Amino acid sequence: MRYIVDRSMRALLLVSALVSIFVVFLILVFTLRAGLRAFREIGLVDLLMGSVWRPGQEQYGILAMIVGSVFVTILAVAWGVPLSLMGAIFLAEVAPAWVRSVVRPAVELLAGIPSVVYGLFGMVVLVPLVRRIPVPGNTGFGLLSASIVLAVMILPTITNIAEDAIRAVPREYKEGSLALGTTHWQTIVGVILPAARSGIVAAVILGVGRALGETMAMIMVIGNSVVVPRPLASNPLTIVLSQARTLTGNIAVEIAYATGLHESAIFATGVVLFVLIIVVNSLARLLMRGRRR
Amino acid sequence: MQDAGWRIEHRDRTFVLTTSNLAWRHFAQRVAFALLWLAGIMAVAVLVVVVAYVVLQGVKVINPEFLLTPPRGGLSGEGGISTTVVTTLYLVLLTISIAAPLGVGAAIYLVEYAGQMQGQGRLAYLVGVVRFGVELLAGVPSIIFGLFGYALFVTAMHLGFSLLSAALAGACLLLPVVIRASEEALRAVPRSFREGSLALGTTQWQTVWGVVVPAALPGIITSVVLSVGRVISETAVFYVTLGGSYNLPRSILSGGRSMALHLYYLAMDTRAFEKAMGTGAILIVVIVLINLIINFLSHRLAARLGGA
Repeated sequence: MRYIVDRSMRALLLVSALVSIFVVFLILVFTLRAGLRAFREIGLVDLLMGSVWRPGQEQYGILAMIVGSVFVTILAVAWGVPLSLMGAIFLAEVAPAWVRSVVRPAVELLAGIPSVVYGLFGMVVLVPLVRRIPVPGNTGFGLLSASIVLAVMILPTITNIAEDAIRAVPREYKEGSLALGTTHWQTIVGVILPAARSGIVAAVILGVGRALGETMAMIMVIGNSVVVPRPLASNPLTIVLSQARTLTGNIAVEIAYATGLHESAIFATGVVLFVLIIVVNSLARLLMRGRRR
Repeated sequence: MQDAGWRIEHRDRTFVLTTSNLAWRHFAQRVAFALLWLAGIMAVAVLVVVVAYVVLQGVKVINPEFLLTPPRGGLSGEGGISTTVVTTLYLVLLTISIAAPLGVGAAIYLVEYAGQMQGQGRLAYLVGVVRFGVELLAGVPSIIFGLFGYALFVTAMHLGFSLLSAALAGACLLLPVVIRASEEALRAVPRSFREGSLALGTTQWQTVWGVVVPAALPGIITSVVLSVGRVISETAVFYVTLGGSYNLPRSILSGGRSMALHLYYLAMDTRAFEKAMGTGAILIVVIVLINLIINFLSHRLAARLGGA
C-alpha cells in the first residue's frame, strides 16, 4: 500500500513539474499561430520596418513601437543603473547592519508596489512636472516621464541581483587586497567589482528585460501615440519629451477590440516582444552561468 | 623632502607613497562612500515619497462609504470600491488554488525526486527541460501571459472574459514564482532530516510528506503569500482577460474588475485621480502587510531549521 501511494505521488508530482514546460509550449504555439497570418500577409520586413500603424487602413508597421520600447528602456537604464549599482555596493560593502536592515526591506517593497500605482504617481506628479519644461508640443506624457517611472521599477531587480553578485566574491580577494594596504574603496573598485563583473552585467540585463516587459505604467505615462520619437524642437535633447508607444502598450491597448488581420498583427507584436525578451534573458543567463564556473 | 615615504617604480613611472598620497586615498574613499550613502538614502527616499504621497492623497477619500459601496461608473468615477475588493479576493483565491498545488508539487519533484535521476537518461533530460521552462517563464513579461490567456482561455476555450480565464492566465504567471520560492525552502531542509526518516523504513513519499514538507512549511507558505501579492498587484494579465465590468461577478464565468484594474480605469478613463489614489493607498497598505508577513515567515523558517 505504502508503495503504491509512493509511486502514484511520484507520478503526480512529475506531472505538476511538466505543467511549466507545457505552459511554455502552449504560449509559443498560441502566440505564434495567431501571429502567423500577420507575418505572412504583411511580410516580416513591412511589419518590423513599417513605421505606420493604422488598423483602419490595414497598415501594420510596428517600428514605432520597437523604437519606443528600446528608447524608453535605454533611458530608464541610464537613470536607473548608476543608482541601482551604487545601492548594491552600498548594501553589500558599506552599510552598517542597522542601515541595511532598513534599506533592504525598502528595496523589496519598491519591487512589490503595483505597477499601476507607479503609473498613477507618474501621471499625477511627474507628468505635470515634466510639462513645465517650456517646449512647444510638450504634453508631459512621453519618454522622459515614462523612463523615470521605469528607472524606479527596475531598481529593485538590479540592486538585488548585483548585491548578491558582490557578496559572492570570495572573502580572500578582499582580504588579500586590503592586506596590500589599499583603502576599502580601492579594493571595491580594483578587486571586488571586477570579480563580480559578470553578475553585475547580468543584473543590468535582467533589469533591461524587466523594463521591456513593463506594460500598465508605460501606458499610463508614455502617451501612447504611434510615432517614431523625434525631437520636438531644434534642440535634439527634446526627443525625450516626445510621446511614444511600447510594444507592450500596443498589445494591451488594442487586443480587446482587434479582429482579423489587426488581431493577428497584435499577436505578431507579442511574438516580437517575446523574442526580444528571450534574447535579453538568455544573455543574462549565459553570463550568470559563466560566473559559477 | 623628496624621499619621505615609499618609492615604487613601475615601468617608466614612479609612484611615491607618501602621507599625502594616503590622505588623498582616504579623501577619495570619503567622497565615494558619501555618494554610496546617498544612493542608499535615495532608494529609501523614492519609496517614502511614492508611498507617502499616494497614502496621504488616498486617505482623503477613504471612508466606510468608499469601502462599502460599489462603483457606479460615471465620468468622475462615482461610488466606492466594494465590488472590486470582493473580485480581487475571488481572483486571489481562484488563482492561488490553481497555481499553488501545481507549483509546490513541481518544486517537490525538482528537489526531492529529480536529484536521483543520474543514470536515468530520459528523465534527467526531462528535468533539465523543466528547469529551463521555469527559468523562461520567470522572464516572460506579464502582458504575454495576458495575450496567451486571451488566445487560449478567452477565445479558443470560449471561457470569455471571466474570473476563470483570468485565474488560469494568472496561474501561469505565478508558476515560476511559487516553484522558485518553494524550491528554495525545500533545499534549506538539512539532508539529515531525510536520511533519518528514510532510515526508519519510510517510503520516499512518507519522508517528503511527513518530514521535509513540514520542515519547509514556513517557506512554502511564504511562496504562497508572495503569489497573493503578485495577484493583487498584477494588472496587465487581467486587463486583457478579466473584462473590466465593475459589477460583482456572479460565477467564475462572469467578468470583473480587480482593485488594481479599477485604479487603472479610474485614472485613465475617468481621470478620477482622487479615487484612484484611495484605491492605490489601500493596495499599498495590503502590499506592506504582505511584505511584513513574508519577513516574519522567513525568520520563522531560519529559526526552525537553525534550532533543530
